[in-house]
Amino acid sequence: MSVKDYIRERFFPHMWCPGCGHGVVLNAMIRAVESLGMSKNEIVMVSGIGCSARISGYVDFHSMHTIHGRALAFATGIKMSRPELNVIVPMGDGDALAIGGNHFLHAARRNIEMTAIVMNNRIYGMTGGQFSPLSGYAAAASTAPYGNIDHGFDIAKLSEAAGATFVARTTTYHVHELSRLIRDAILHEGFSVLEVLTQCPTYFGRYNRAGDAPEMMETYKNRTVAVGSEKKNQDPDLIERGVFVKKELPEYCREYEKVIEKNQQKQT
Amino acid sequence: MAKKKLKAHHIERTWCKGCGICVHFCPKQVLALDEHNIAYPADPEACICCRMCEYRCPDLAIEVECQET
Repeated sequence: MSVKDYIRERFFPHMWCPGCGHGVVLNAMIRAVESLGMSKNEIVMVSGIGCSARISGYVDFHSMHTIHGRALAFATGIKMSRPELNVIVPMGDGDALAIGGNHFLHAARRNIEMTAIVMNNRIYGMTGGQFSPLSGYAAAASTAPYGNIDHGFDIAKLSEAAGATFVARTTTYHVHELSRLIRDAILHEGFSVLEVLTQCPTYFGRYNRAGDAPEMMETYKNRTVAVGSEKKNQDPDLIERGVFVKKELPEYCREYEKVIEKNQQKQT
Repeated sequence: MAKKKLKAHHIERTWCKGCGICVHFCPKQVLALDEHNIAYPADPEACICCRMCEYRCPDLAIEVECQET
C-alpha cells in the first residue's frame, strides 16, 4: 500500500505552512502504521486544537477532533469502552502541556495504553506565534518580543516523573528514527509519550532568526545526539534523542477488566 | 542487497508548497525548484533511490518509484 491509501486525499493539499514539520510527522506516522500491517479500522486518532491537531483530519483512520487540551480525556473514554483499538493522540506542545497539562499528567500516571505524540514546535502557531510552555528562556514570540522570561518544560523528564512507561524523543530530521519510534510507541503496552521536535518556520523560525525549514532541520541534525552519547558530556546544551524510559507496569484497561471479572464471579 | 534503479519521481504539483526540504537534503542534488517554486527532478540520472525526499516531504507530494536491478 502507498501513503495515499492512508490519507483523505480530498483534503489535500493540507493547511500547514510550507516546510511545516507536522507534515513530516504525518508522513512518518503513515509509514509506521503501514509497517505494522494494521488495518485502518483498528486505529483511532484523537486530537485537540492547534496546527498539530489537524493531523487527525488527514488520516483515513477513525478520527476525532475534540476540544483544546482534552484529547487525552476523550481518548481515555474511547480506550475504556473499546480497549481493542489502538489509540493515537497527536498533540502540540501547548495543547499537551499548557491547556491539557493535567490530562497529560494523569493519563501518564494511570498508564492507560495509548500513544501520545507531542509535536513540539515551541510556539502556538495557529493563533499567531504566542510563546508556549516549551518556548524556553530567551526565545522570541509575538507575545515576548523582548525574549521570553519563562523557562521551558523538559517533556521527557516530566512524562517520566508522571509515570509514563515509554518515553522517547526525536526530530523531523531523523525520519527513519521517527517512524521507528512511532511504531515502538504504538506497540508499547502502556502510556507512551513521543516528543518530536518539529519546525515552525512561519513563527518560531522567523521570530528567532532560525532560518527556513531546511535550516531548522539542519539545527536538529547538528544540535541533537543519541541518548548516552559522549558528546553530551562535552557540550551539555545538546538535546538527547532516543528512548529514555521503557518499562512494564500494570496497564489501566487490563486492571479495570480484572476488577469487573473478580466482582462478577463474586455475584454468581 | 540488490541495487535499486530509479523508474520515476512522481510529484504532486498541486500539493508541493516549495519549502525546499527535498532539494536541500538530497544527497545527489537530483531535485530543484522550478520557476513556479515547485520541486522537479532536475538530474534524475543521479538519483540513488534513497527516498529521503519522499520521507522528509511535509506535503506528502513526492513518491519515488524504483526497481530492483
